[in-house]
Amino acid sequence: MATRFIKDSGLTSRMALVMALLAVLYLAFMAFLIVNTSVAYTPVIIVLAGAFAVGQWYFSEKIALAAMRAREVSPQQAPELHGMIDRLCALADMPKPRVYVTDMDMPNAFATGRSPAHSSVCVTTGIMRRLNAEELEGVLAHELSHVAHRDVAVMTVASFLGVIAGLITRWGLYFGGGRRDSGALPFLVIWLVSMVVAAVSFLLTRILSRYRELCADRSAAFLTGQPSALASALTKISGDMARIPTRDLRQAEPLNAFFFAPALKGASLNSLFASHPPLEKRLDQLARVSAELGRPL
Amino acid sequence: MGFFDAILGRRTPVKPDLDQLFALPSAAVTLQVSGGFTPTGVGSVCYRASEGVAFASMQDDVQRLLDADGGPAVERVNDDFGFTWLVCRQPPDDVSALVTELHAVNRALEDAGFGSSLLCSLAVFEHADGRRLGLVYLYKQGTFYPFAPSGGAGRPSGGAGRQQRDNPLELQMRGVLANDLTVEADLSRWMAVWGAPGL
Repeated sequence: MATRFIKDSGLTSRMALVMALLAVLYLAFMAFLIVNTSVAYTPVIIVLAGAFAVGQWYFSEKIALAAMRAREVSPQQAPELHGMIDRLCALADMPKPRVYVTDMDMPNAFATGRSPAHSSVCVTTGIMRRLNAEELEGVLAHELSHVAHRDVAVMTVASFLGVIAGLITRWGLYFGGGRRDSGALPFLVIWLVSMVVAAVSFLLTRILSRYRELCADRSAAFLTGQPSALASALTKISGDMARIPTRDLRQAEPLNAFFFAPALKGASLNSLFASHPPLEKRLDQLARVSAELGRPL
Repeated sequence: MGFFDAILGRRTPVKPDLDQLFALPSAAVTLQVSGGFTPTGVGSVCYRASEGVAFASMQDDVQRLLDADGGPAVERVNDDFGFTWLVCRQPPDDVSALVTELHAVNRALEDAGFGSSLLCSLAVFEHADGRRLGLVYLYKQGTFYPFAPSGGAGRPSGGAGRQQRDNPLELQMRGVLANDLTVEADLSRWMAVWGAPGL
């Protein structure tokens, strides 16, 4: 069957590389821990971190929605929004997520949930006021792509290593400091290695997060057939971002990873640490999709 | 969607099953005999128009092709959601001709590489007492479901709250049609198509 969806193999291979690096780092760190720590603590740490990651993944939806003070809206309360999502889901052949709205002037949207069948999409009243129907549809398609790609699960797994290393860095000195087994390294070394691993895995997960954003942009553009509407939504939102009240910003900061465009300006200027790719990069990609859609087959 | 698709953030497109459309004529007979609904001869294909010249010229070509047979002209309607409906009209008693046209539109979009833009196809039926029933074919699923708007035929944005579906009738028709068509089993996919042309 003819299709206009051209696979971006560059993006895919870069993403695979980042994940492979994370896996290698993970295995190396585990091996290091098992060899060099007293046997009693390692399983405790891993079980603790595992429980934390599973909990984070399982309750991600409830936590995020509660933090945003989002309320679920029925098809009667928001017929246009529901109609839009109905059609996008039918186009994308995926189950319909629950729809939430939050009373916030900040123009943003996010999707969360542990699987496509248990997921929610949330938009702020600010984004509904600022964007026209086509732009809002592009944003919703972007969020639905996150749901379809199971980004919450992928990012939870990816950040698991960082959680372990972070736990050791933070609490290790308390319960690991006094113990000295024969042949084991001094705990300070383990602590320093954990710190380095935490830092490197943080950088890698951020890179991965940026690739996932690009993937979602791409899928959204192909799904709606309107890359330019999405691009226009991006520029509108990014322009508005600088003008929003500070209280909302601080309140929303921990949720940045789920957002359509990052809410904090200052920190994300450093592209290395940003959870989202820079605007120019996203616009470039959308322009390429637009060209692909327009060329004769 | 497999494990690696999730890992690599991509989606594999579903395989469409356009041949299902050819079950419509026999379903129309069943609807008439067991449900009292007669075909109106109006059908439409709903898709999401892509930006760019490629889509626009393909769309014009399809329209020209369908108009070449000398029958009633094909009409293009844009709805409030940014989707386009290509409306075909045929004599009410010739459901096969209508199906052929609907199939041609679907196939043309598919061949031009825009298969993923297809949302659904719709055939409209009418009862003697004025009630209308749409048989909606979901392109991505290859299944049908009945859609029966009741009350005021309001526009999606205009008369909010006036939109009511006759669910008992829809469920009744599901039973009637079960032998002729593949009816969509998942009720949550029975998307409402308010303001669809002909309904």
